[in-house]
Amino acid sequence: MKIKGRVHRVGAHIDTDAIIPARFLVTTDASELGRHCMEGLEPGWVKRISPGDILVAGPNFGCGSSREHAPLALIGAGISLVIAHSFARIFYRNAFNMGLPLVELGKGVDQIGEGDVLEVDLEGGRIINKTKGEEFGFPQVPAFMLELLNMGGLVNYVKKQLRER
Amino acid sequence: MGKGLVEKILQRYTQEEIKERGQIIRCKVSKVLANDITAPLAIKSFREMGAERVFDRERVILVCDHFTPNKDIDSAQQVKFVREFAREMEIIHYFEGGNCGVEHALLPETGLVGPWEVVVGADSHTCTYGGIGAFATGLGSTDIAAAMVLGETWFKVPSSIGVYLEGSCGEFVQGKDVILFLIGKIGVDGALYRALEFFGPGVETLGVESRMTVANMAIEAGGKVGLFPVDKRTLEYCKGAGREGDEMLFPDEDAEYEKVISINLDELSPQVALPHLPENVRDVDEVKDIKIDQVVIGSCTNGRISDLREAARVLKGRKVKKGVRLIVLPATPGIWRQALKEGLLEIFLDAGAVIGPPTCGPCLGGHMGILAEGERCVATTNRNFKGRMGHLESEVYLANPSVAAASAVAGEIIHPARL
Repeated sequence: MKIKGRVHRVGAHIDTDAIIPARFLVTTDASELGRHCMEGLEPGWVKRISPGDILVAGPNFGCGSSREHAPLALIGAGISLVIAHSFARIFYRNAFNMGLPLVELGKGVDQIGEGDVLEVDLEGGRIINKTKGEEFGFPQVPAFMLELLNMGGLVNYVKKQLRER
Repeated sequence: MGKGLVEKILQRYTQEEIKERGQIIRCKVSKVLANDITAPLAIKSFREMGAERVFDRERVILVCDHFTPNKDIDSAQQVKFVREFAREMEIIHYFEGGNCGVEHALLPETGLVGPWEVVVGADSHTCTYGGIGAFATGLGSTDIAAAMVLGETWFKVPSSIGVYLEGSCGEFVQGKDVILFLIGKIGVDGALYRALEFFGPGVETLGVESRMTVANMAIEAGGKVGLFPVDKRTLEYCKGAGREGDEMLFPDEDAEYEKVISINLDELSPQVALPHLPENVRDVDEVKDIKIDQVVIGSCTNGRISDLREAARVLKGRKVKKGVRLIVLPATPGIWRQALKEGLLEIFLDAGAVIGPPTCGPCLGGHMGILAEGERCVATTNRNFKGRMGHLESEVYLANPSVAAASAVAGEIIHPARL
């Protein structure tokens, strides 16, 4: 899976209330949620996003509430990939379940700048920064998570399991 | 090499032999939970999976506690959606209206969760049940849908950070202070991907409700679970909740921990988490000149009867400061009734409090006490991220019920002993 996009940066400990405030948890529709993406961080934040953009974040991205609406809002807003120093564990599972790829990079995130254009090879574990002309690797995404992405998320995975029962 | 609480519980639910922490296992679950804001997504995924029945209609539990009593039309539609699903699936334990309470207070009280269980819930504070010895953890709605269908899920067996407790809590110091102190020490990602396992002589000095308060906030340090041993006090609590046949549970003497943090409860004073992270913790005496507008006493963290008793002790014969709104939300109908019987509600009313129904309400900025721009609230809840309880430019300070009550009287954050 290869992903190419322009970077938008956010900080550390971005919690799911920032990604999608509770008052919007009255819909299950990704595009509707997408309209309010990051509204808990900054009203109108989502206006800067073009479909396919990549989000780059500091440590502990997606901490706080388990709301699945968080990765849904990111998907609805058109974000194709989130790269972070580290991810909160419930958010990590939810993102792959929803088909949103994540890359955990550690300190390496500091080398990626706002507006940089990246090319990411998920299975190969490589990021090419087209803007800075840099290239680096990242720790293997667990095989099970890649399988979830390739199947289009957990729903398809379970659908297949039920058919095979 | 000895086993900790994590392996002992999980081994009962998986066919694979647990050889090491970090191993990925497929695991059966005892209970699967969701609420009015997380169940709709779960139900949507359930349908898309092509499922027709839940794996066990006695073990999928639905509690409409977040935006209820119905906050607005959209919330009412969500609850209706959940109610209809519960009816169609013939769910035995569906809670709404007069039997409904804040899930993580309601389920232990009614004996629906207990020791040695593996509980997954579409709510991050599912970890609360670790206080009564359950491996309990939060998952997203679609993960929960999969568990509703298959009766199982997958886990990476977490390594554990051991928290050694000794001594006992002094006056005005409770479980809330233990966990705030710990989060202050290790940070909001200090236990990321790990279990917190509490052990040591201090454990038996903590009441079961206090243990649930501690376990409730394991997630605020990034923890997967917050596990306590199951001792005589736990078994007594569970018997009172109508359970039979629960067993004790202790870690082996030589259980392995990634690291051990010691907390001497004798030396602990009331703690306050300042805006805007639960790790921003100080001793209450270090918090000066913070004038407040609102106090909330309630939630899955501190809405139980022992919490209300602590608050009433401080509020008895005193009045809430003019200009401060004190909102008390007993977490379940059972607690509400007991608080009424014990005269606590009268103490709250005499002090000038608003008493509301069992609901999560203001904790997540839903309803029943939202903050305006520039307002400050002391809350016995579990999160104080920016905008959590209302306007982005409002502030939430986390504290125990005694500090919350004292602050309501003083109009500013204060140690209860200084009133």
